[in-house]
Amino acid sequence: MSEEISLLKGNEAIAHAAIRYGVDGYFGYPITPQSEILETLTLERPWDTTGMVVLQAESEVAAINMVYGGAGTGKRVMTSSSSPGVSLKQEGISYMAGAELPCLIVNVMRGGPGLGTIQPSQADYFQTVKGGGHGDYRLIALAPSSVQEMADFVGLGFELAFKYRNPAIILADGIIGQMMEKVVLPPFHPRRTESQIIEECPWAANGRKKSRKPNIITSLELDPAVMEQNNIRFQKKYEEIKKKEVRYEAYLCDDADYLLVAFGSSARICQKAIEIARAQGVKVGLLRPITLWPFPSEIVAEYAGKVKGMLSVELNAGQMVEDVRLAVNGKVKVEHFGRLGGIVFTPDEIFKALTEKLF
Amino acid sequence: MTHEIIIAGFGGQGVLSMGKILAYSGLMEGKEVSWMPSYGPEQRGGTANVTVILSDERVSSPVLNEFDIAVILNQPSLDKFESKIKPGGILIYDGYGIHKPVKRKDISVYRIDAMDTAMELKMDKTFNMIVLGGLLKVAPMVKLENVLKGLKKSLPERHHKLIPANEAAIKKGMEIIRQV
Repeated sequence: MSEEISLLKGNEAIAHAAIRYGVDGYFGYPITPQSEILETLTLERPWDTTGMVVLQAESEVAAINMVYGGAGTGKRVMTSSSSPGVSLKQEGISYMAGAELPCLIVNVMRGGPGLGTIQPSQADYFQTVKGGGHGDYRLIALAPSSVQEMADFVGLGFELAFKYRNPAIILADGIIGQMMEKVVLPPFHPRRTESQIIEECPWAANGRKKSRKPNIITSLELDPAVMEQNNIRFQKKYEEIKKKEVRYEAYLCDDADYLLVAFGSSARICQKAIEIARAQGVKVGLLRPITLWPFPSEIVAEYAGKVKGMLSVELNAGQMVEDVRLAVNGKVKVEHFGRLGGIVFTPDEIFKALTEKLF
Repeated sequence: MTHEIIIAGFGGQGVLSMGKILAYSGLMEGKEVSWMPSYGPEQRGGTANVTVILSDERVSSPVLNEFDIAVILNQPSLDKFESKIKPGGILIYDGYGIHKPVKRKDISVYRIDAMDTAMELKMDKTFNMIVLGGLLKVAPMVKLENVLKGLKKSLPERHHKLIPANEAAIKKGMEIIRQV
């Protein structure tokens, strides 16, 4: 059987993928540029087919706490929003990291700070990979750069979230959310049965059998000695994720004299900038972090010994560039190029920035 | 072969849906496609544009700084995009919306009086398909049969009865476009 190719917006692809990956519940509140996720789920009516719950909550705060509740029972639950809405969710996200609950959060970023604009931005990098909420926690952060990856990372996000009992986040932006391209949707995976959930999530609070002790889902621990041990356990888990789950794409890097480092939609625009550069005889490659946390530091460090300079290209004032510089550790010049507040750079602007900052 | 196209005009003129039908037609033709709208508060009266790329290869950037073809339906869009057409590229404009002359001499310029024709023949609902017909006459990047397949795919089933009217509009557009 040949694969069915659809033409979908990134946001629509996330909604279809959620149904197909057997997600149990979606809780959200509309905000541009990601409202098509909730709209598509509502149009598809998965509650009639797979039994998936789709609920428009009264606020973003309510939605993330519904996710907390659903995740506590071992269900595959998710929420989505855009930058200002994701800021509202930070308390719930920190609580979920503290209670070690798996879930999927989607942030289709727009220009900030504050209510900002509704146009594309990547200015929530720090919020996503350096915390966002309070406490020593990490999110597994996936950055899709195509509509296909928007669909695929729903599956990958849940897989990693459940593997490590940790929230995962898809960090997209208005470009990837709103653009349409070809996508092959995943096949239908049935939602897990209650007994499968009990087997896979022995920690979940989903109805106690006499044979086991009560499962308690909480981030609260008043005894600092115990809380330190909890934190040590979290850190050990984060170290394991850093070792095993780094993902990146290297595009035309082998012969490159200069490297662009970019994620998400910026990486797509960089590919065109590379076409322009190579047509003029300048050998440029692209290193695209797919996991923003864990960050692909090792491969960045490796290329630092091979190229003349790196340009971190981001739709922000210079956030990921700090992680690039940490990885490079002074070995080679690292500069940043960005546009701010919802303005998107064009491919020729990137090439111009490369020549001005690194040549 | 790659076609990098900008379609721009007033919100409500069917700019985004014309782009969508073109993208679906490309899909039916087996091409790689991308459709990137200017999204946001654009409503009837505001400006709207969409970048459509049809290619035999993987599409890199959905965001472009210059275009092979610009389809321009109002004056603000001409002011914005005239300088962004590649030398040797194509400009198609609707005579109704443009009142200042085109300055570029290094591109092929075509005029289509789609708005006048649509009003005259009471085809105003398919105005954007007249324009699409003109575009496909000048740059035949997809076969008409694939456009019809694309229409079918992009329109909800309850609107499939409108396909013949859309086909007629496309053919009308092919007739009336002329080089300036």
